[in-house]
Amino acid sequence: MTSARPDVTERDREQEALDKIDLVRARAPRFRDERITMAHGAGGKATSTLVQGLFVPAFDNDILSRLDDAGVVEIGVSRLAMTTDSFVVRPLVFPGGSIGDLAVNGTVNDLAVVGARPIALTLAMVLEEGLSSEILRREVEAIARAARNAGVSIIAGDTKVVERGHADGMYICTTGLGRVDERATLSPRCLQPGDRVLVSGSIGDHGTAIMLARGEFELEAEIVSDTRSLWPVVDVLLEAAGPHLRCMRDATRGGVASVLNELAVASGVAVLVNERAIPIHPNVAGACEILGIDPMYVANEGKLVAIVAPEAADRALDAIRGIPGCEDAADIGEVRTEPRSMVLVQTAFGGRRVMDLLVGDPLPRIC
Amino acid sequence: MKFVDEFRDAALGEKLSAEIASIVEPGRHYKIMEVCGGHTHTIYRYGIDDLLPANVELVHGPGCPVCVIPMGRVDDGVAIARHADVILTCFGDMMRVPGGNGSFLDAKAAGADIRMVYSPLDALRIAREHPDRQVVFFAIGFETTAPSTALTVLRARAEGIRNFTVMCNHVTILPPLRALLESPDLRLDGFIGPGHVCTVVGARPFEFIATQYHKPVAVSGFEPLDFLQSVYMVLKQLADGRCEVENQYTRVVPYDGNLQALKLLSQVFELRPHFEWRGLGFISQSALQLAPEFREYDAEIRFAVPGIRVADPKACQCGEVLKGVIKPWECKVFGTACTPEHPIGTCMVSSEGACAAYYNFGRVARERVVV
Repeated sequence: MTSARPDVTERDREQEALDKIDLVRARAPRFRDERITMAHGAGGKATSTLVQGLFVPAFDNDILSRLDDAGVVEIGVSRLAMTTDSFVVRPLVFPGGSIGDLAVNGTVNDLAVVGARPIALTLAMVLEEGLSSEILRREVEAIARAARNAGVSIIAGDTKVVERGHADGMYICTTGLGRVDERATLSPRCLQPGDRVLVSGSIGDHGTAIMLARGEFELEAEIVSDTRSLWPVVDVLLEAAGPHLRCMRDATRGGVASVLNELAVASGVAVLVNERAIPIHPNVAGACEILGIDPMYVANEGKLVAIVAPEAADRALDAIRGIPGCEDAADIGEVRTEPRSMVLVQTAFGGRRVMDLLVGDPLPRIC
Repeated sequence: MKFVDEFRDAALGEKLSAEIASIVEPGRHYKIMEVCGGHTHTIYRYGIDDLLPANVELVHGPGCPVCVIPMGRVDDGVAIARHADVILTCFGDMMRVPGGNGSFLDAKAAGADIRMVYSPLDALRIAREHPDRQVVFFAIGFETTAPSTALTVLRARAEGIRNFTVMCNHVTILPPLRALLESPDLRLDGFIGPGHVCTVVGARPFEFIATQYHKPVAVSGFEPLDFLQSVYMVLKQLADGRCEVENQYTRVVPYDGNLQALKLLSQVFELRPHFEWRGLGFISQSALQLAPEFREYDAEIRFAVPGIRVADPKACQCGEVLKGVIKPWECKVFGTACTPEHPIGTCMVSSEGACAAYYNFGRVARERVVV
């Protein structure tokens, strides 16, 4: 191709094109879609455009703008964390748990990863006309049991019933209150080159269990959801790493890949993941391989990502592994300076690739 | 994973990578096109680019079945899906392909009943379960997926299922390759042949690339070692001054193809006189439609499809990118009007398209060249 500017080299023009991309990426997302599609709920780019392009500017305040898993307010000498989460899942019961377990653990975990010990939850239930009381009773028991295990009390609630066909059996919304631990000095903006990236166990279990439980793929494998409270993990991490613990995230929708991308952008750093070190259950790896889905984008309901300064990383990892069920916790990578705001993977085969945010849900590939 | 990990052995990969480096001429720039989108996926998933010398460039060809669907066909599919009694079914990665007026995902949000299936047989099952609805399978793919559509149509007929039809968008790989090779500004040195397509059609139909156009071909498998070995085979042919069709994927691809599948295709389908390809325009005899005997299963006949034509945007230069004439960043709309979130052309639609890949990976790839 002939250039209109003969004095400008091809390399310069390529650099201009790349700079332009960086500029577009750095721009605050604008929400311009005409309608809500399923992609807006998938935890990827479409979700973040909706949140950062519509919600955050509308409710404009410093706490929300941090885009943490929970908001922290200071009241007197205490720091209190608050968060809320809605639960819509089909089927209501799946291997390893049910919507009731998720409704408690999901909110408890959003508190835990900002360093807050969960204290209390509120519970709002939207029930579908015709729902069997048997199913409802079973879920209420599941909620009570999960709350006991997580050490939280359900202190208020609300009930609504909607017409048949409107709520997939039931939707649950929980709001959580927690007290931020004194040992916690966490921020998604404080990642430093050299920091280590830890995950608290094998990834992709929950999302894969749900996909298979829906029966759409006619695949059968023993895969169970990992739904659990993460406070015990956070507790030992704070003890082991203290101020060296930079930040934690609950790797739910969008999986570990999305969490790492959010952190890389928030801190303006790169994250390099060592694919070989990623803990993954062989059944999950097999199911994802068949479906053509990358398990790094699959949802977890009891796994956190922790960024820890290098001097405390081994100590922190040992502490996590001491918690029953977290024996597979691993150091999966490190924080680098360049390329800023991106996540790279060193593949087990020896090459590198970019692990970007997905636009929407991971979709099975045709070829 | 057994039978998979063996083909992902990093030590063997390193060895192959060194052998490739030893047979390339230092001053020469090599452009090798991998035809199949599955190979493009392999390249990115395993970071194959990092294992090749900087003067070996991989050009991503027209073999991503999702990317080549023209916008008009998506709009036609949406038009069918808007019928109140219709359930439109399609493969997952088809859901996000933009038409002239949004994707299937958008149409679903606007109220159309569009469902993702994993196999055309799932679509037939939905038809069986909903006898009061019309179930349409939006069929896409090359010769790889066409036999399963053919089988499903035969099964529908055998079971007497009347509420099932196919909107056929199956395409064939050879005509677009020929169109590329005919192009006077083509700059390619060799081809990695599409292993999945070849499991059906065999490696023999690709011989014209070697005999008429004098370019080497290696039919390749999809694991990273398969792919590296195929790149080595093409470069070795170039070094030896040979042009042949070599079959790297012998464990799956018979040189003459799968005769049973080919018979099935010729029974159920016939060639369309012409079909539009996104980025490449109309190519004659490049796609399949149901044979007259199966007209009652043809959604385009049952629903009187509007036959919407949406011209590719003028500024879009996907055709030139596909031919290796320009690099993605040289396109006028690259990174500005055309981005992965709002793609204009075929190369930006799928994450494996040449432009989307460069958009995401360009900076890192360039860094490698500098080092």
